[in-house]
Amino acid sequence: MDQLLQHLVNGLVLGGTYALLGIGLTLIFGLMNVVNFAHGEFYTLGAYVAFAALTLAGVNFIVGILAAIVAGAALGWLCEVTLLRPLRNESIDTTMLVMIGVWIAMQNGELLVWGGVAKSIPHPFPTAPLVMGPVAIAPLRVIVLVLAVGLIASSWLLIHQTKLGRAMRATFQDRDTAALMGVSIGRVHAATFAFGSALASAAGALLGPVFLAYPSMGDLASLKAFSVVILGGLGNLTGATVGGLLLGIAEELGAGYISSGYRDAVGFVIIIMVLVLRPSGLFARQERIG
Amino acid sequence: MTALGRGLLAAAMVTLPFWLADPYYLHVVIMAGIFGVLALSLNLLLGYAGQLSLGHAAFFGIGAYTSALLTLKREWSFWPALAAAIALAAAAGWIIGRLALKLRGAYFVLVTISFAGVISLVSVNWIELTNGPLGLPGVPAPDLGPWSLRTKAAYYYLVLAAVALSYAVCRRLVRSRIGRAFVALRENEPLAESIGVDVTHYLVLAAVVSAAMAGLGGSLYAHYTRFVSPEVFLFTYTVTMVIMVVAGGKGTLAGPLVGAVLFTALPEALRLAASWQWQMLAYGSLLVLLVFFLPRGIVPQIVASFSGHPRSAPTSRTPLQ
Amino acid sequence: MTLAVSDLAVSFGGVTALDGVSFTVRPGSITSIIGPNGAGKTTAFNAITGYLQPTAGRINYDGAALTGLRPSAIARRGVVRTFQRTSVFPSLSVADNVLTGLHLSSTAGFLDVLVRRRWLVLEESSLHTDVEEIIGFVGLGHRRDEMASTLPYGEQRLVELALALAARPRVLLLDEPGAGMTGAEKTVVSGLIRQVREQGVTILLVEHDMRMVMGISDTVIVLNHGRVIAEGTPGEIQAHPDVIRAYLGAPRGAA
Ligand SMILES: Nc1ncnc2c1ncn2[C@@H]1O[C@H](COP(=O)(O)OP(=O)(O)O)[C@@H](O)[C@H]1O
Ligand SMILES: [Mg+2]
Repeated sequence: MDQLLQHLVNGLVLGGTYALLGIGLTLIFGLMNVVNFAHGEFYTLGAYVAFAALTLAGVNFIVGILAAIVAGAALGWLCEVTLLRPLRNESIDTTMLVMIGVWIAMQNGELLVWGGVAKSIPHPFPTAPLVMGPVAIAPLRVIVLVLAVGLIASSWLLIHQTKLGRAMRATFQDRDTAALMGVSIGRVHAATFAFGSALASAAGALLGPVFLAYPSMGDLASLKAFSVVILGGLGNLTGATVGGLLLGIAEELGAGYISSGYRDAVGFVIIIMVLVLRPSGLFARQERIG
Repeated sequence: MTALGRGLLAAAMVTLPFWLADPYYLHVVIMAGIFGVLALSLNLLLGYAGQLSLGHAAFFGIGAYTSALLTLKREWSFWPALAAAIALAAAAGWIIGRLALKLRGAYFVLVTISFAGVISLVSVNWIELTNGPLGLPGVPAPDLGPWSLRTKAAYYYLVLAAVALSYAVCRRLVRSRIGRAFVALRENEPLAESIGVDVTHYLVLAAVVSAAMAGLGGSLYAHYTRFVSPEVFLFTYTVTMVIMVVAGGKGTLAGPLVGAVLFTALPEALRLAASWQWQMLAYGSLLVLLVFFLPRGIVPQIVASFSGHPRSAPTSRTPLQ
Repeated sequence: MTLAVSDLAVSFGGVTALDGVSFTVRPGSITSIIGPNGAGKTTAFNAITGYLQPTAGRINYDGAALTGLRPSAIARRGVVRTFQRTSVFPSLSVADNVLTGLHLSSTAGFLDVLVRRRWLVLEESSLHTDVEEIIGFVGLGHRRDEMASTLPYGEQRLVELALALAARPRVLLLDEPGAGMTGAEKTVVSGLIRQVREQGVTILLVEHDMRMVMGISDTVIVLNHGRVIAEGTPGEIQAHPDVIRAYLGAPRGAA
């Protein structure tokens, strides 16, 4: 029982960052219909930017995370404008291939800049765990969870309370109608990709100090983000939030009670199960024949 | 290609070890052949049936492990182990085909990639069987009757035969009603059904044949490098296959082979000039450039420029599906 | 040989597209379904040809149920449809479109192809003869080697018709074959439909062009809001008060 509580708490911390990753991807996938295999590379980018800011520039922890967010948004925006915008009317496979190319290029770019050795990202918080009854948790993890929740809440506000958010939701509902109503689809797509990438980057900056930063850390992050999206439904913010938390907890439980070697299999199994059992259920936009 | 050209090419292939004696070059050619088999296999699904599998390394890896385990632990000889590798990969293809039947586009991709992810984790974690991350060294070289195919030249002929066989299978299929049914599914699935094409049957068939061929490639790889580890499941292998097919020309017979030769030789050539990371960086950028500037691939481009038609397609980018 | 639809109902979520539709299509006839946009005509086609599962009702052909069968199995039984939206194999030539459409006229299985059985050559060459015959029939001989997606709209619709004919239908369901065509093209299509019927194929036609419908149909069925409101000969339908009110509209006086 005590063990279970501990797993749940760890899972929540992990799940908060998965939710950030998932929200970013679900917006990009749902709204732009882009299968963004480079999503995890923005996560990696965030971790390295935080590393650079904290060690090389020696800034404050929060500033480091802000730097990661800004970098993610800037690179995401650039990516959309240069690579995706010209392909907006192409098939989903075409943009997917491009994003696979971006993924490989970014990952090896990072490898060239930072080398293959994992970097540990310094943080100012005490390492002694806080003990609350049966549960022990490092202060850093508490901070990470709090910041993740804060970022999720800000995303909510952005989508539901701002003009940009309204344009995004309209585009998601029906791109053509939104365009007719004066929404600039180009701007919405660029903003969506920048925003989604910024969230991925933030997730990397948050989890980086908990674990380590290394160039291939984004591979699994992408796939986990995809399982969150599939679990939560395409373009569904609540779904991605809940899905992220569920995935985090499921992974911790899987690692704790089954085998730690299969921790990463949880996401894969979720993807297969959900897609095979409910192929149209979670994201039904049934095509019309005729 | 004219009959003369074809004859010259065949003669060059058959005599290759005699004029390309340098073992390093022979090695590159053998790897190109193995990747040729893999690219042909992926092309059947991606280029003809219109389904992008990003889990192809799983079929490759299953072939490699099956062959390695049977020869190492059960002391089977190469040929039955090869047959078993092909059969097991085909069975995996059948499972994926059945599982992903209702899924198209991105969702098919995600299921195949997840399948490969799970298999890869099994190879790392099922230590009693696979020896985990340490892998299985000492996979024996194949024999052919009294001869061992230990030398590079001998192995070259084995790989050449495999390429020829795979090519022949692809060619016969795509020029038959079966290949036409694959293409019909790629071009317009509801229309294909309306003229009587059984989607289930043909998608599963495409997945099974494609996986079997990838299993063949895996077995050849295992007995050539004599070592199998979870690295065979690396996503890099899948991406390499995709690049070969897309660059060479998906949905053409020669395209995957051209792509395989090019993208085996190119990294080797670059190796002298740049580190692995630079190469991969170039690979990624190249994939992006290909989509932008050579969307149909090299072979269709050459065919179009020879036949004098100004890039016959009205929309220059043929969608994948 | 009769196609019989009884008590067919289809609903999408809350929307009822078809509600207790029954009709039979007499063998060898040209039967038309007319009705305003959204009446449920395409939905009826989709249900008959297995593209969607009806909420209720039965569809029988030749005494056996079609309900629950996949589209390809229904096509195999001789019930073949075309689509309202132009539907061809875009990057194949006209000849390859038709060759692909002949799928059901050939039998070669995987192993036959793999070992290249001798009779395959004969089968393929007879398919190629059929291709020429069908292309000639719809009058696309001059477009034989052109890519289907590059053809003008009217000719793409002819490719579609050729594809459906290649499947050797016994009942052919045509969903607005004349839509978007010029008057001359429509005349050609009407002629083709008649010729197909003369070869013994039963036709079920959805069409908005009243001149075409009234000119070639033996029976006309009128659908409105998912229900059959009238059925009869073209003459009876044109005089039917409900039909005039619901569909034809008094001022237009279509005929
Ligand atoms: N796949 C679908 N999902 C939801 N509603 C549909 C679908 N297909 C058709 N409908 C609805 O069913 C009704 C009948 O449509 P349809 O059969 O296409 O009409 P028609 O072909 O007579 O113009 C319409 O109200 C249409 O909006
Ligand atoms: Mg209609």
